[in-house]
Amino acid sequence: MKPEELKYAKTHEWVHVDSAKNEDGGMATVGISAFAVEALTDLVFLELPEIGKQVAAGDSLGEVESVKAVSDIYSPVTGEVVQVNEELPEALQWLGEDPYGRGWIAKIRLGDASALENLMDHTAYSKLCADEES
Amino acid sequence: MNLTLAETPLHGWHTAHGAKMAEFGGWSMPIQYGSIVDEHHATRRAVGLFDISHMGRLVFRGDAAGPFLDHLLTRPVSQLGVGRVRYALLTNAQGGTIDDVLVSRLEDREGSFFLMVVNAGNLQKVTAWIESNRSEYADKEGSPEFEDRTLQQAMLAVQGPQAGKVLAEVCDGDLAGMGYYTAQCTEIDAKEGIVSRTGYTGEDGWELVVPAAHAETLWKRLFQVAGQLGGTCVGLAARDTLRLEAAMPLYGHELDEDISPLQAGLGFAVQLEGNSFVGRDAMVQVAEQQDYQCRVGLVSSGRRAPREGYPVLVSGRRIGSVTSGTHSPTLGLPIAMAYVDREFSDVGTEVSIDMRGREERAEVVELPFYRREDT
Repeated sequence: MKPEELKYAKTHEWVHVDSAKNEDGGMATVGISAFAVEALTDLVFLELPEIGKQVAAGDSLGEVESVKAVSDIYSPVTGEVVQVNEELPEALQWLGEDPYGRGWIAKIRLGDASALENLMDHTAYSKLCADEES
Repeated sequence: MNLTLAETPLHGWHTAHGAKMAEFGGWSMPIQYGSIVDEHHATRRAVGLFDISHMGRLVFRGDAAGPFLDHLLTRPVSQLGVGRVRYALLTNAQGGTIDDVLVSRLEDREGSFFLMVVNAGNLQKVTAWIESNRSEYADKEGSPEFEDRTLQQAMLAVQGPQAGKVLAEVCDGDLAGMGYYTAQCTEIDAKEGIVSRTGYTGEDGWELVVPAAHAETLWKRLFQVAGQLGGTCVGLAARDTLRLEAAMPLYGHELDEDISPLQAGLGFAVQLEGNSFVGRDAMVQVAEQQDYQCRVGLVSSGRRAPREGYPVLVSGRRIGSVTSGTHSPTLGLPIAMAYVDREFSDVGTEVSIDMRGREERAEVVELPFYRREDT
C-alpha cells in the first residue's frame, strides 16, 4: 500500500479502508507508521489483538515493545477485529522493512465509520511528524 | 526548576550526527544515534564512546580534604595512595543514599587532590550537602578546599575490548599497565587531563577528563579510530542497558534517599567497623534488623520486558517492585532489577511480575546478568 493513500491517527497508526467490500461498512487494515517504527527502534515484542475483539477508536489494539519502552497500539477505527497478522510477532523486521505492507497488524470490520473523519491524510500526518521531530 | 538544559561541549557534534537528544539530569544528552542494540553490541564486542560530560566533577584539596571526605563517605578515602579510585556512597543521617560516587586520589602540579565524580541529577544536591557539612567541619578541623569543575571540563568514556587500542592513539602513558580502579593525571592528546580505568558498562575501559575546549577535537579522533575497530558512539539508552546487564545501580532507580546502601547490596562499599561517617549509626541498625527489602536480579521467561514500577508478586501478593528493566541485548531475555522482601531474595526463588495487568513468571538470579570473560 502506498503511504500517500492511507489515513493516519495522531498516535501514529495507519488505516486503509477497502471500499470494494463496503457492503458491511468496509474493512479497515491497520498498522503503525514508518515514523513510529523509526522512533521506537529495536523492537522486541508485539502483542496482537484477539480475533473477535470489539474496539472503539482510541482503544488499545495491542502493544509494541522496544528495548527502551513499551507502547500501546491504539485502534484508529471502531469495529470488530476479524483478522490479525499472525506471522508478524516472529518477524518484527517487517515493521521496519515494509510497515504499510507485510507489517500490517489487524483487519477490522468497521462498525461506526464516523471515526474515520477524525483521521489525517498523508500531507497532514507528514506535517505532524515533522513537528514532532523538531 | 531550571528550564534551560545544560549542553555538553559535544552537543553540536551529537545533533549533527543524528542523535536523539533528551533531558537527563538537567542536561540535553544523546539518547541514541541509531539502534540502541547496535550501540550496545558495539561496546560489548569492540568499543563504545560515551559523552559523560554531564557527570558532576568536584575537586577537594588541602590537608583537611581527606578527613572531611572520610566524614561523609561510607568508606574512607584519606589513606588511598595516589592513583587509586574508590566507589563509595554519600549517606544522610538516616543512612539513606544521597549519591553514589567515585573518588580518585590524584596529584598534579599543584599537589595532591581528590576528584569526586557524582551523578548529574544530584550535583546541586551533593554540592549543597558538602557546603553545609563543610562549614560545620571547618569550625572544628580546618577547611577543605572545594571546587565544582563540571562546566570547565568534558568527560568521555571509552569502553569495550578495543578501548585500549583507541586510547593508545591519544595517550602515551602505560594504559595497559593501569589496574582496574586506578587513575592518573596525564597528557591526553597533548592536553592535561585525567585518565581512569573505570566505567559503567561491565566492560574493560577508561574514562577521560579533559578541558571542555578540547573535547570535540579529542572526540573526533577517538571516533575515527573507534570506527576502524568496529566501534561507535553510544547514547544513554545503551549505557543504561549495558549497566543493567552489569547490575550496576542507577541513582533514582536502585538508589535514593530512602534506600540504604546495604539494601542495595552495596555492602562492599560500606565500612561500618572502626569507621565513623554521617549515616553510619542508622546503617548499623538497618544491618541488625534484616527485615528490609533488598535488591535482586530477575529474569523473566516471558517476552515482555519488565519496567520500572511493575509489581513483583508471589502467590498473587505483592512482595516488591521492579526498579529497572529491559530486554537484554546480550542475553536476549527480559531482565530486571527489583526490590523484594528479604525472604524472597534467594537465588532460585520463583516470582511473577505484573506486566501491565498480565502476570509473567520470573526467577531471582545471581547478579550480574553479564560478566565479561576475562574477569
